[in-house]
Amino acid sequence: MDDLRKTILDYVTREYLEEGDDRVLQPDTPLITGGIVDSFSMVSLKRFLEKRYDLKIPDADASPEAIDSVEKIAALVTRFAAVRV
Amino acid sequence: MYVADVQEETKLHNVGTYEEALRAFDWSIAENELGWGRGSPVNIGWHLSDRICRLGLSQKPALLWERSDGRERTYTFDDLRVLSNTFAAYFHRLGVLPGERVCLFLDRVPELYIGFVGLLKLGAVVQPLFSAFGEESLLTRLADAGTAAVVTQKKHLPKVRRIREALPGLRHVAVVDAEGLSLRDGESAFDLDAEPRASGFPLFPATAESPSVLHYTSGTTGQPKGAEHVHGSLLSQYLTAKWVLDLTRSDVYWCNADPGWVTGTSYGIIGPWSNGVTQAVLDSGFSARRWYEFIERRRITVWYSAPTAIRLLMREGTGAVRQHDLSSLRHLASVGEPLNPEAVHWSREAFGLPFHDTYWQTETGCIVISNFPGMAVKPGSMGKPFPGITAAVLDPKTFEPYRDGGRVGLIGLRPGWPSMIRGYRNNPEGYAKKFANGWYLTGDRASVDADGYFWFVGRDDDVINTGGHLVGPFEIESALLEHPAVAESAAVAKPDPVNMEVVKAFVTLKPGVAAGPDLDLEIMNFVRKRLSPLAMPQEIAFVDSLPKTRSGKIVRRVLRAQEFGEPVGDLSTLMED
Repeated sequence: MDDLRKTILDYVTREYLEEGDDRVLQPDTPLITGGIVDSFSMVSLKRFLEKRYDLKIPDADASPEAIDSVEKIAALVTRFAAVRV
Repeated sequence: MYVADVQEETKLHNVGTYEEALRAFDWSIAENELGWGRGSPVNIGWHLSDRICRLGLSQKPALLWERSDGRERTYTFDDLRVLSNTFAAYFHRLGVLPGERVCLFLDRVPELYIGFVGLLKLGAVVQPLFSAFGEESLLTRLADAGTAAVVTQKKHLPKVRRIREALPGLRHVAVVDAEGLSLRDGESAFDLDAEPRASGFPLFPATAESPSVLHYTSGTTGQPKGAEHVHGSLLSQYLTAKWVLDLTRSDVYWCNADPGWVTGTSYGIIGPWSNGVTQAVLDSGFSARRWYEFIERRRITVWYSAPTAIRLLMREGTGAVRQHDLSSLRHLASVGEPLNPEAVHWSREAFGLPFHDTYWQTETGCIVISNFPGMAVKPGSMGKPFPGITAAVLDPKTFEPYRDGGRVGLIGLRPGWPSMIRGYRNNPEGYAKKFANGWYLTGDRASVDADGYFWFVGRDDDVINTGGHLVGPFEIESALLEHPAVAESAAVAKPDPVNMEVVKAFVTLKPGVAAGPDLDLEIMNFVRKRLSPLAMPQEIAFVDSLPKTRSGKIVRRVLRAQEFGEPVGDLSTLMED
């Protein structure tokens, strides 16, 4: 797993899994549809990505479908990092 | 401006025509249909299961359940009858007594729905709580309720364990999926499938005034208030589900609401099942594709959703709709916050049907104002009062109804319909303040047009309506103050295109603390974990000072007005910096 995916996976595990929740998240684990990150918490996840990677993701692009897994989030970050460059 | 929908007006619906229903209305209509007065028990749990079986529908599906990982279960009304008895018997053996509060702290798993019915049969007061609540929100509500037992899942158990010492009255914690867990004293594994099935259970002889459900709702001041519902609420919930949601025995119904909130119990459990209607439940987070697949595969006919969800679907466009066969849908309704006209127009285009806005509150227990099936929908309007409900727009000073239409005032309701709550738990003063001049004050502002349609304007207080859920600023501000960097705080509503409003927090920092680049995110996550994702400020402004009165009280209205671009009003009583 590359650094980008690992960083996001670690953050999601740390911030959105309950303490004591022993589920092990994978890069393709559904986050939104799986009930790990709800639609309100998407805002804090998006804020983390924007701060950590110094980019701006328009709300329309940060849809529930677009951030439903670490894989998808990594693709989103890569896309907007490229836009910034 | 609106165009009357002729097709809407000419279809046959349960309510008949609104005007006729209004003229001939009496709540005895529901009593007669439910068999009250002819020896039928009043207990809601019996009406949702045993009564439906006695009507010859025992093998009809009551619950079509599925989860995001593809797991599915189907329960017939006879399964519901037997398993709810089993649930009741288990808690009876644990020593739970009628009138004691039992909290269902569960995701949308079958045990939540079956347990709700079973606990009512036992005579316990069901206290469903949103499973995303953080430990502080949970503690506040369990402590106020004096909850005797909690039913939860393995993944939520750590939250319960962390607060248990502070809850001396909490005798039992039952875990529905405890396999592999090392349980502590006062905890038990409760596998509903493995329990011996109880074909019968001695039903608690509820009267119409027996307490049934306890939902917590937020106000401007103080902690959330426990709204006390009674078994007699069934009359309102049964009839409004039939007339407003237009439920019939041939329907497959889907309510998006979580039973942690009142919509999820009044219309996600009681309304459909008391009408003998099959309901489908999807235990999954939001995804337009997943939702449309669910409607298509389950052949949903009546869908009760919320403006926030509809606006999220609108973002995905009608193209996403066209990829699915949604022709089974025949009636759509919405609740939680005002439904904007664009959403009504979009739903006509996307589904060939308008969403019908409905209005009510935790305290009302049932829909009180709505766009009825068969009545022309005025996009953006709340609709008209349910027959049997007297609603008016009141002068906020005199609490007399405005005689001339179009003026904005407070929505008042004449008390007395069956599902009106009977009080706030441990807070009679708070309940008394909800009434003036013989009216129940909803705390919402509206106007009425010449045709008798109500039009929502906004809240009359500082409560924040985010995604259809009311969040109290006091609870958020208290949580903010627990963060080590925060000196003072104010939480207000900020307009939002999807959620109508979101929480914005203004904070001053303690001396020597600087607003580092990650502090806002840290505080957001802090509040989310302590309270809930709903209560998490979506924006935090670090300020040098907050507007205060000369007596030192923070004046939220000034901050709120700034967010909404409205005049801030009289500032003469504010303290100068």
